[in-house]
Formats: sequence, C-alpha cells, structure tokens
Amino acid sequence: MEFRFTEEQEMIRDTAASFLAEVSTSEAVRAAMATEPGYDPALWQRVCSEMFWQAIHIPEEFGGMGLGYVELVAMLEQMGRRLFCSPFYATVCLGVNALLVAGSEEQQAQYLPRIVEGTTATLAWAGAAGYRGAASVELQCEAEGDGYLLDGRCRYVPDGHSAELLVVAARAPGSAGDQGISLLVMPADTTGIERRWLPTMDQTRKQAEVVFDRVRVPASALLGPAGEGGAALNRILDLATVAIAADQVGGAQQSLDITVEYLKERVQFGRVIASYQAVKHKCADMMLKAEAARSALYYAACIADEALHGSALGEELPEAASIAKAYCSEAYFFNAGNGIQLHGGVGFTAEYDIQLYFKRARSTEVFLGDSAWHRERIAGQLLDGEAVA
Amino acid sequence: MKLSFSAADERFREEVASWLKDNLCGEFEPVRGRGGPGDEHMFVEERKAWERRLYQGGWTCIGWPEAYGGRGASIEQQVIFNEEYARAGGPGRIGHIGETLTGPTLIAFGTEEQKQRFLPGILEGREFWCQGYSEPSAGSDLANVKTKARFDEAAGGWRISGQKVWTSLAHESDYCFVIARTDPASVGHKGLGFFLVAMDQPGVEVRPIEQLTGTSEFNEVFFDEALCAAEDIVGAPGDGWKVAMGLLGFERGVSTLGQQMLFQNELNEIVRVARENGAARNPVLRQRIAEAHIGLRIMRFNSMRMLSGADGSLQKEAMIYKLYWSSWHRNLGKLAMDVLGAESEILEAAPYQLSRLQSMYLFTRSDTIYGGTNQIQRNIIAERALGMPREPRG
Repeated sequence: MEFRFTEEQEMIRDTAASFLAEVSTSEAVRAAMATEPGYDPALWQRVCSEMFWQAIHIPEEFGGMGLGYVELVAMLEQMGRRLFCSPFYATVCLGVNALLVAGSEEQQAQYLPRIVEGTTATLAWAGAAGYRGAASVELQCEAEGDGYLLDGRCRYVPDGHSAELLVVAARAPGSAGDQGISLLVMPADTTGIERRWLPTMDQTRKQAEVVFDRVRVPASALLGPAGEGGAALNRILDLATVAIAADQVGGAQQSLDITVEYLKERVQFGRVIASYQAVKHKCADMMLKAEAARSALYYAACIADEALHGSALGEELPEAASIAKAYCSEAYFFNAGNGIQLHGGVGFTAEYDIQLYFKRARSTEVFLGDSAWHRERIAGQLLDGEAVA
Repeated sequence: MKLSFSAADERFREEVASWLKDNLCGEFEPVRGRGGPGDEHMFVEERKAWERRLYQGGWTCIGWPEAYGGRGASIEQQVIFNEEYARAGGPGRIGHIGETLTGPTLIAFGTEEQKQRFLPGILEGREFWCQGYSEPSAGSDLANVKTKARFDEAAGGWRISGQKVWTSLAHESDYCFVIARTDPASVGHKGLGFFLVAMDQPGVEVRPIEQLTGTSEFNEVFFDEALCAAEDIVGAPGDGWKVAMGLLGFERGVSTLGQQMLFQNELNEIVRVARENGAARNPVLRQRIAEAHIGLRIMRFNSMRMLSGADGSLQKEAMIYKLYWSSWHRNLGKLAMDVLGAESEILEAAPYQLSRLQSMYLFTRSDTIYGGTNQIQRNIIAERALGMPREPRG
C-alpha cells in the first residue's frame, strides 16, 4: 500500500500548479468567463501544444501520454484551484472517457488522435429533469434505414455550444431508467443539431442546450451495442464524477487559502483578525473538510484507474465516486460559503475572488447529482435488498 | 499511488487471522468484542490473561524493535494486525498504554537500565500501566500541572505529591507514568519531570469516578509522598515536557484502522436495526446512515494517506484525525438513538444496564473531550497548520 503521489505525479501536479498560476490569474478568469465560449482559444491552443494536457490519459497507441486517472486528478485539482476556464473538462473527462469506455478500437483510433490534435468534445445526456445517472436521458433514438434518428433535447451540456465533437446518449421510445440507452458520436455541426448557450450563475463553467430536430446519423456513429449502453453511460458518468470532485477539492483548498491570507492582513480592534478564536476555529473546520475531501478524492482516483484497466477493485467505482462527490460538494460549499463570511463585507463584492469560488461550488455541487442524490445511492446499497454480513 | 497490499503482507494477514481464530476461543470466548471504549472496566482478569496468550503467540508489541522483543513490524503489518484483531472481535487491549505509550517512550528516551527493567513486563503481559497526565487544573492546559516531585536524600528517591484525574484503569495498573514539577518555582512546561511510579505503595490512592454512563473506567489518583526511585525518572529533571510531548506523538497512527473496525461494527449494528425496525425506509434516516458510511470510509482513506507518509511536510491529514473521528463518532451515537426511536430509552436492566448502542451513544460525548478537546484541536490546526497567530494570553 502506497497511498500517496509518486515523485512523477508530484511533478505533474507542480507543473500544472505553476503553469496555471501564470495563465489562469483572476484577470484571465474574469476575461474568459465574460465571453460566450467561456475560454481563450489561444490559451487552449497553448495547453494542447505546449502542455499536452488533453492527451494525458489517452493511450499511447492513439498518440496520447498514456498516464492514469491519478495523474489526471492531480491536474484537475490544480485547475479547480485556479478556476481554470477551458474546454478541458468537457473534452477529456466527458469526451475522452466516453470513447475509452464505450468506443470500439476502430472508433478510438478515429476520434482520439483528433482530440490529441486539439479538437474539443463533450457529452450530451441529461434532459430537463436534471442529473439522475443514466436515468436522466430523455433524447429519443430510433433505428431508421441503415442509421439512427435522434429527436428531442439535452440540457445542461458542459461546453455544449462550443464543443466540436458530441457524444450523445439517447433512449429507445418507451424505455426508462438504465434500459434502452444508446451512445452515439457525431460532429457538432451535424445537420439538424441546434445548440444554444445557457447563461449560468457560475460563469466559469459554460452550459448549453442541444436540440436534435430529427437528426440522422449513420450506423457507424453508434458506440457499443444499440439500446444496451446504460451501464457504459453510468461508468462514464462515475468517471466524470471523480473528475469534478477533483475540481471541487482544488476549489475548497483555494477558498481556505485565500481566506486565511486575507485574515492575516485585516486588522480590527488592534489585532489581525486571524488571531481571534472564533475565526480560527472556522478555518480549522475548513481545513478538515479540505483534507478529508482530498482523501476521498485520491481513493476514488485510484479506483477509477483500476476501473479503466478492468481490474476487480474497479467494481467499487460507483461507491467511491458517490463518496467523493457527496463529500467534496459539501466541503467546497462549506469552505466557499464560510470564506465569504470570514472576508466580511469585501466577501460580498464582485472584486474579491471568493465569490467566484462560491458560485463554482454551487455549479459543481448540482452537476452530476447533488450530495443527497449520491447519499441515496449509497443508502440503497446499504439498506435495500439482501443484507450484507 | 497503489491501494493493494503486497503478497508478503497478505500472507502476514492470513497468519494473524488464523492465529486469532485458533486462540480467541474456549476460555477467551466471553471476552470477544468486550473491553472497548465504555466497557474498559469489564473482564479485567480475563483480558490480562489474554495479553499473556498474545505474548506466547508473539503478538504483543509487534511494532517494537526486535532488540526489545518486538517483531520490528512495518507500518503495513501493524495496520493489518490491528484490522484483523478488530475483525476477529479481539477484546480491548488492557496492555495498550504500556505497549503504545510507555514502551516507545522508554525506547526513545529511557536509559538502557530502564529498558531492561520495564520493557519485558509490558511485552510479556505481566505489568500494566496507566497515564498520569491530567489534573483538576491541568486538562487542556496540560502544562499547568501542580503535582510536585521532591528529591528525598534519606529515601534515595523522589517523593511525589498531588492529584491526577481521568486516569483510566488506574486500579488495575502496576505502574503509572506521572508528570510532576521538579522545580517548585517553575511554571508552564519548564521544570517538569517524567516519573515511573509503582501503584502498589502506601502513598497512592485510587478513587473511581462514576461517569454519566453509570460505569467507572476513569479514576482520580492521589499521590501523598509516594516514592519513585532515583533511577526511575525518564530524562533529566526539567525534561519532562519534552518526554511527554514525544509520547503524544506515539499515540496516533497504526491503531486508527483497528479503531475504525470497531466503528464499522457499530455502524453495521445500526444498519441491522434500521432494516429490522423500518427506519431504513425513513428518507431522512437513510441520508444520515449513508452519511455515516461515507464518513467512515473517508476516515479510512485518510488513515491510509497518513500511514503512507507525508505528501506534504506538515501531514495535515494527521492533524485533523482526532477532530474528524471524534465528531463522526459523536454523530454516530445520536444516529443510533434516532434509528432505535422510542426503544432507545429502554434499558436492558435496572439499575442502569445500557445496551451496546446506548453505551456507545453516551460514551461518545467524551470522545470530543479526552485527548485534547475539539476546541483545542481547532486551535492546534489553526496555529500550526494554517499559521494563524495565537490569541494573546491573559
């Protein structure tokens, strides 16, 4: 058992930290989030060509770096700390994961090298009712001729308005839950697809609605067997859940760090307010949350690695992902919310960054299922069906 | 990062499990699962006999160096031992203060003569220890101890006088390690000594404290000119604080995963009750049971990080450990009562015989107090890990 970063993993983390400190400053974040695409295309090009981050866990045979989920999570944590605005999450944690889990070798060979070259991607799956795993798919899919016909809409699609490649989850008419689900891949400019940017409270993570008006795709678009993609979709979503928890851990840590930094400068009643016990105890609770969240995240990252390599420990992925997401969501919200309180009046201004973390805490909390949803998933496993032990 | 244990460690796990299966039976059947927190006063003689059985199998003090009779077991092996021990229902270790506190302290700070005299008794399960730290006016503020040690030329040793409190198992112990003031004019952490004091002598009186559980694991210990031989001070007079602080460092670590196995047993019991009495269908309780499960899993992941060594020099995950587990366990106690519902009030028998879950519920109120209250833990975290300034002292 060696439950800590290797030297190489530490190097990846530190490299990401220093690059992001330079490019994802408060000014850069505010400039990017004010635009409709939500990121700086020149910076994304730099990330793809100089840092090669988009290729991190793409296998070497497809031109990637062939690293694991722990390395990916180490990097995502740093992106969360810096509120990094980029198509990275949608492309790598949704698009690449979908192709790795559901794509045939041929499909992987077709699409993954394009992502290595800088093509952006995303996953469109949830309908208007929100996030409930594979059950949230509302878009309809029917066989037509030698292809498929898609009709309906997906909502809350991360970077859905700007991604170049779409992986789509759709269901057979009359099906429900995890049943009848198909996964398909297509260019975002396929005829009949209309994409609409949805302005969001958290401006650092962009979302879109994607409308399919009787869209025809060829049979080759299908990832895996038709109507049997529910389990694959759930696996993709669990992997994506671990990845967003990494963003949350980074955000929870940075919320604490910038708050403590402020408390050490601000003087009231003749003392820096960091010396007051009422303030210190709240910060200690914030550190506890950040550290416990980090432990949950790293465990889930190890399990995600095992799952991607098909080992037995990987069977724990749904539980590990739900544990991480339930805890990290609340840790981020706790830290950012208390961060505003501890900043006092300036915490409520647009000028100070703590408000940006508070908003990202909320948007990542609801994304992929809130804490209550993930806890209920665990409760079902503990309390329903056959008793264990 | 790697989650799995090595093949050699897995073989070690099998060895531990099979020894426990072959030995924790027969005469030791009644002590299975007994003597844990809130139950430490039960089956004392049987548990002392169990320590000697452990010694015969080579399972006491496994983390000590081989030179002192231990196995020099790796952290992984110690973790595995504690896990398997708890899984098998091993009784609360009545020798744990000697094994985890006195022994490592003597190995680190003691003279060779002290090691030769005291370590074998601990190793062999013959001599038992208690801890003389807290006093009525020195709880969280440990440096405020008032107990005095005066060198008595005529008797050729130290005379100890004062009152210790919250001393668990004092009435069952052969020795107590005591911090006492060697310099009567000193204050705070200066001028203290660390003494190894025999309990069976005229100047030592033990009075049990009746707790809100109706039981008495804890005691007051009164020292009235009790004698401690000149060679039984650890370190020099005045070094007591350094020795005592070094000892606190030994308290954390490998026992944590065994402790978590006991917590898991409690949570399993709550889940069993919930499934039986219908609480498992209450959506609010479902959320709380899941939250408890999540919290315990994360406690384990956190320990794994802690035991795998620092991933930053501060080991922040180690600093949150006490605050984390004590808060979690206290919530578990409340959850147990809420799952039991109306039945939670009904005792097993008069005058005050608590069920296991009732006892756990009441006992968890002490978890957030002993070994450094949650408030002190938060001060330590804020000051040492976050670098926030100390509050001016009055």
